[in-house]
Amino acid sequence: MTIANKISRILDYLKRPEKTSHFAKERLQIIIAHERGTRDKPDYLAALQKDLLDVIAKYVAIDKEAVKVDLERKDGYSVLELNVTLPEGL
Amino acid sequence: MTKIIVITSGKGGVGKTTTSASFAVGLASRGFKTAVIDFDIGLRNLDLIMGCERRVVYDFVNVIRNEANLNQALIRDKHIKDLFILPASQTRDKDALTLEGVSTVLDELSKTFDYVVCDSPAGIERGAQLAMYFADSAIVVTNPEVSSVRDSDRMLGLLSSKTKRAEEGREPLTEHLLLTRYSPKRVARGDMLSLSDVNEILAIPLLGVIPESQAVLRASNSGDPVILDKESDAGQAYLDAVGRFLGEKIPHRFIEEKGNWLKRLLNFKEKETV
Ligand SMILES: Nc1ncnc2c1ncn2[C@@H]1O[C@H](COP(=O)(O)OP(=O)(O)OP(=O)(O)O)[C@@H](O)[C@H]1O
Ligand SMILES: [Mg+2]
Repeated sequence: MTIANKISRILDYLKRPEKTSHFAKERLQIIIAHERGTRDKPDYLAALQKDLLDVIAKYVAIDKEAVKVDLERKDGYSVLELNVTLPEGL
Repeated sequence: MTKIIVITSGKGGVGKTTTSASFAVGLASRGFKTAVIDFDIGLRNLDLIMGCERRVVYDFVNVIRNEANLNQALIRDKHIKDLFILPASQTRDKDALTLEGVSTVLDELSKTFDYVVCDSPAGIERGAQLAMYFADSAIVVTNPEVSSVRDSDRMLGLLSSKTKRAEEGREPLTEHLLLTRYSPKRVARGDMLSLSDVNEILAIPLLGVIPESQAVLRASNSGDPVILDKESDAGQAYLDAVGRFLGEKIPHRFIEEKGNWLKRLLNFKEKETV
């Protein structure tokens, strides 16, 4: 291998493309944390959340994020937790 | 006690069948009577990787439908005495596998076999769920790549809820991470998720790292599972992984690029590896 060759390899090395693996890691950490949060929840939870939102929106102007539905399993029974944040001044 | 192992991944094409074939050969070579079952109904491929495609007469679905008995369908491996293959059928009927049918076949195998290796199809449909349902151990095959890692995490969720052990509230199955198609060179370059990245995200015990290797394609060309190619990096990595599965302490190999960056920079190799 000639000197010119070596120099060109060194130049290639220095102007190599930006590293991307850390983007992969960060994005995975976020999406997986999110998916784990919904993992053991029954599928109807999302639909229930949407229906509740529609009903409440008939009476009060609320935000899409204002209704939270959660199901927690304890031994022997489950708790359905419903959280509605109403806008201020009502 | 017979141990049922599922080789699963969620994502397709990550190396489940390659791993099932090598694991089955590895276990049987250690003297354990082993059966390997292809659960990929409609897309039979394990037979090719094991090199027994011309000897398939009856298959898994024939046995489930009582069109053949198990002994007629099991194919004896050409290399190893204690190894048998149960091929998938090529039927397009997706409901050909039933829970009762799979249960009956596994019960029958459990009378005489030490290990049953279940090669899962990709996805999270019936075939994949049946492949994992009766498992005692799961080997989650993952590539260092975003969609594969995400799908593996999804599978871990199913493994902890949709198996017989989970439903019966028994001790959960043991989970093992097998990172395959790993390229230390690309990791060093910053192009590929590293072993520690994947390990940190999935957080299950690491069984092994199988390097990206040309030996795998060669092995599939000839129908001899890559673990039989003892000279090859992938073959050795599978041998190590089987040893670890059996409880041996074996240090991880093929995870570090050889030499430091300066050496790499100056010590040019004409031939690019991987
Ligand atoms: N370590 C490796 N190095 C290089 N190539 C590999 C490696 N492992 C698997 N492959 C290649 O990847 C491809 C897919 O492998 P394989 O069939 O084992 O995956 P799979 O997960 O069973 O796929 P499917 O989801 O379709 O069943 C094959 O071409 C195989 O040769
Ligand atoms: Mg396969």
